[in-house]
Amino acid sequence: MSKRDIAAVVFFVIITVFFVFSALMIHPFGVPENADMDDEIIKGAQSETGTNNGVTSVVFDYRGFDTLGEATVLFTAVAGVIMVFRRLKNE
Amino acid sequence: MIFNIPFIAVTALVLIGLYTVIFRRNLIKMVIGITLIESGVNLFLITLGYRENSVAPIFTSLPPGTIVPEGMSFPVPQALTLTSIVIGVAVLALMLSLIIHIYRHYGTLDAREIGGKEE
Amino acid sequence: MNEMSKIVRTISSIAFPLIIIYGLYIISHGHLTPGGGFQGGAVVASGCAMILVAYGSIWTIDKIKEKNLSIFESIGAICFILLAIFGLGFGAVFFNNFLVGSDFLFGTIPSFGSTIANINTGGVIPLMNFAVGLKVIAGLFAIVLVMAYASGSKEEER
Repeated sequence: MSKRDIAAVVFFVIITVFFVFSALMIHPFGVPENADMDDEIIKGAQSETGTNNGVTSVVFDYRGFDTLGEATVLFTAVAGVIMVFRRLKNE
Repeated sequence: MIFNIPFIAVTALVLIGLYTVIFRRNLIKMVIGITLIESGVNLFLITLGYRENSVAPIFTSLPPGTIVPEGMSFPVPQALTLTSIVIGVAVLALMLSLIIHIYRHYGTLDAREIGGKEE
Repeated sequence: MNEMSKIVRTISSIAFPLIIIYGLYIISHGHLTPGGGFQGGAVVASGCAMILVAYGSIWTIDKIKEKNLSIFESIGAICFILLAIFGLGFGAVFFNNFLVGSDFLFGTIPSFGSTIANINTGGVIPLMNFAVGLKVIAGLFAIVLVMAYASGSKEEER
């Protein structure tokens, strides 16, 4: 078991160094770099989708396919939970 | 460096969650570590899309004097975070129900004892 | 799981309709204020979990069987996919917003800039909010109900 512990510690130290260097070298908080796509979405949200809410128009109109995938994941998780507990009740 | 505090908080959350998943034996503590990693990733998605002194991207009764595309924060990372939170809740429910099933079958919650019976 | 005392049952019966009204307000005004289908569905599911804790799992699963909850969730998912397929016939794109600009149900277009909230806008988005809200309510309440019923009956058998 000692070889496994040494490998786990080495892996953890490498990941720590990687994360700390990334947090210090990322762009400053509040000045994002590429703002072209989101400016176009904010300008066109009222005339193309007809809502006042920018976030809802992105969730249901500009990126509705991701919402369809999320509804499928929710349905699969609920089906899995009910299936596990039906097996437990019949034992 | 002192102005990157949200990114340092994301790093702390992910590292504490990763430490709990690797170095703890109890199955429930591993699930708590996975939840901490998911919270860190959601926080990272939101702090990527912030402009200084901006309001929410909603046009109903804006405070007077906001410039329309440049005074609002980004709507796309907020939409991705919504999806991620709902998926996190669903996966957590499935993990906990499988842990109850494992406990009824093996009688213990120790990960080394459950996985090591085939050696 | 046993039921709680009479004071707890009375107060939760009074608070439950107010929670449902608040959650339905968040779902139905999703295209004007922050909110939408997922957030409002989580609020209503929390209210239903409060009723489950106050009245016990045996009484609740007698009133609401599991089959009704799965029927509600399937209705929500089928309505969401049907609204997406209807866009295919009107503009030849999947997920096309075919109610914007028409004078059928939700058709007016707001002017650019800061406006007063008008509920008659939005196109197909308020209908999608209701479908997703129904799905989330049924799904989260089914998870909590099945877990409480299975844990409670195993404790009584020992």
